[in-house]
Amino acid sequence: MSGHNESILREPLITGNDITYAKITDDILMPVENKPNRAWWIGFIVSLMGATLWLVAVSYTFWNGIGSWGLNKTVGWAWDITGFVWWVGIGHAGTLISAVLLLFRQNWRNSINRSAEAMTIFAVICAATYVVSHMGRPWLAYWVLPLPNQFGSLWVNFNSPLVWDMFAISTYFSVSLLFWYTGLLPDIATIRDRATGLRRRIYSIFSFGWNGNVKTWQRFETVSLILAGISTPLVLSVHTIVSMDFATSVIPGWHTTIFPPYFVAGAIFSGFAMVLTLLLVARKVLGLENYITMFHIESMNKIIILTGSIVGVAYITEFFIAWYSGSEYEAYAFINRSTGPYWWAYWMMMTCNVISPQLLWFKKIRLSIPATWILSIVVNIGMWFERFVIIVTSLHRDYLPSSWAMFYPTWVDVSVFVGSIGVFFTLFLLFLRVLPSIAIAEVKLLLKTSSEQAKLEQIKEGHLDKTHVKEYVESLEKFDSVKQEEYAKI
Amino acid sequence: MSNIKYILGSFGDPDEMMHGIEKLQENNIKIHDVYTPMPIHGIEAKLGVKRSRLDILAFFCGITGTVSAFALIYLTSVVDWKHNIGGKPAFALPDFIPIMFEVTILFCAFGLVGSYYASTHLFPGRAPRVMDLRATDDRFIIAVDAQENGDHGKIDGLLKEAGALEVKHNERKYISYE
Repeated sequence: MSGHNESILREPLITGNDITYAKITDDILMPVENKPNRAWWIGFIVSLMGATLWLVAVSYTFWNGIGSWGLNKTVGWAWDITGFVWWVGIGHAGTLISAVLLLFRQNWRNSINRSAEAMTIFAVICAATYVVSHMGRPWLAYWVLPLPNQFGSLWVNFNSPLVWDMFAISTYFSVSLLFWYTGLLPDIATIRDRATGLRRRIYSIFSFGWNGNVKTWQRFETVSLILAGISTPLVLSVHTIVSMDFATSVIPGWHTTIFPPYFVAGAIFSGFAMVLTLLLVARKVLGLENYITMFHIESMNKIIILTGSIVGVAYITEFFIAWYSGSEYEAYAFINRSTGPYWWAYWMMMTCNVISPQLLWFKKIRLSIPATWILSIVVNIGMWFERFVIIVTSLHRDYLPSSWAMFYPTWVDVSVFVGSIGVFFTLFLLFLRVLPSIAIAEVKLLLKTSSEQAKLEQIKEGHLDKTHVKEYVESLEKFDSVKQEEYAKI
Repeated sequence: MSNIKYILGSFGDPDEMMHGIEKLQENNIKIHDVYTPMPIHGIEAKLGVKRSRLDILAFFCGITGTVSAFALIYLTSVVDWKHNIGGKPAFALPDFIPIMFEVTILFCAFGLVGSYYASTHLFPGRAPRVMDLRATDDRFIIAVDAQENGDHGKIDGLLKEAGALEVKHNERKYISYE
């Protein structure tokens, strides 16, 4: 596009030789405009079963109270908060991809931001259900809001991190939703203008009357940029505040200043892993290999190595400081974590989060789809264990040995967690059917600069000398859809 | 006087469309609007669309949020109902910061997006006013007001010369869905 030039030596962000604007629309809207295939139905039915399990388990909790969970007097927080922090963390990659990468002008975000943002919304919904259900009396959930009330002038405690949490999560959810929906408008309009009958009417309502004129587009870009600018500190603040739920307490193992950056890195780590888990399947099932290329997968893997290493350093720092602080309670908490009754959870966390992502340093593994997919799931398991380790192992040993206890989850605990994964996948699969999983307008922006054919054109016009062409062609070998012979013709 | 309301040049390539805009402007033909499936950079300068002031507005919305949050916390937990929490002071400014920050972002985002929708006339259920259905798919449309510009043949010629794949004469202002 005028005003935007990209080095020809960069790998293309759209592969495939015969891509046109119309083909981009057709390809991306294929799952929206056609009947779902068998893979979708199988996934949907399985997820729906999970969602039903969630409904049963949460209803059981509401009816019988949180006594139905495995909590006891010592371990008062367990799977609920583990699940909450895990889901919020997963949500973070979406905002990171849409906001931070936009600010840094990383064009590769354009193909993945839409699904990542959708993932954020659904993950935060799952997290919010945990917050509400662990309150015990969820019908009084509005008590966390600073509302004028009939109890005299009793207000919420603004010094409490739990109130900060309420503000952070609700702001995060609503701002993410605004960002996502505003970005969807041009694409909903595209579906509308191709549809007929009732579908056209429905999409017409949701497209807000978008017509794509100059002023709307220009303001649209301003709005996206400002929203990205304010969402970036927002996403960092949300997990910082979540970590403060622990860090402002005086429990050994929780009372740590490293928590805010460590939680943020962990959130990005698990979020990117979940994006990979979802997109590696989606690109295959929906036939989007030309738009979500190996370059995207490799870039996300690189972020996973970075954040995984930050998390690893944080674990070791935590351990070191526990010893170096000279506080015997702190030191005990950490030695007990790694050698006490929950040693298996601690070492599961270390293996999944610190050791296995390091495999991604090998290019072969980084560029292997099955290996990446397995590692992304391993990371998500590891991140769940991280939260479990922080919460449960810090609580199960009190200052008084008489109140030492173990936590055993009940079927309700397990079902709420497994069920929430079902809810998440149900929502995500429905999203794939009714809205474009890739931001159509943003991908179209890349066609003239970063697509395979744009680069071929540039080579043809002689913008590169022969050695560079060779370099470029070699760099493309790792992509699925590129064949050497096609370059030989030029 | 003919019934033609708009002359639409339909381009398949954004660069050709930009070329079309230049051609029309060289001939002093006023362009009504341009409809594209994606944002085209540099077009606003050509068409004289003013710089957006949404950023200034967003700033003031944010400030309103900061002040509102501070006012709420101050009035409730310092003036109206002091909690004695471990003997700590009621006016604990550092503790107020997280909420002030979140509310700043909240007000800024809602104010910004609300004003954007208002200024570009976007709201749920609004009848879409498109001139060409393919403008949201793969066509870049230049619309010229036919009533204001007399020589339709010349406009058609200029658009075709610039590379328009199709030139349409719309008798209705919009192809709405009624």
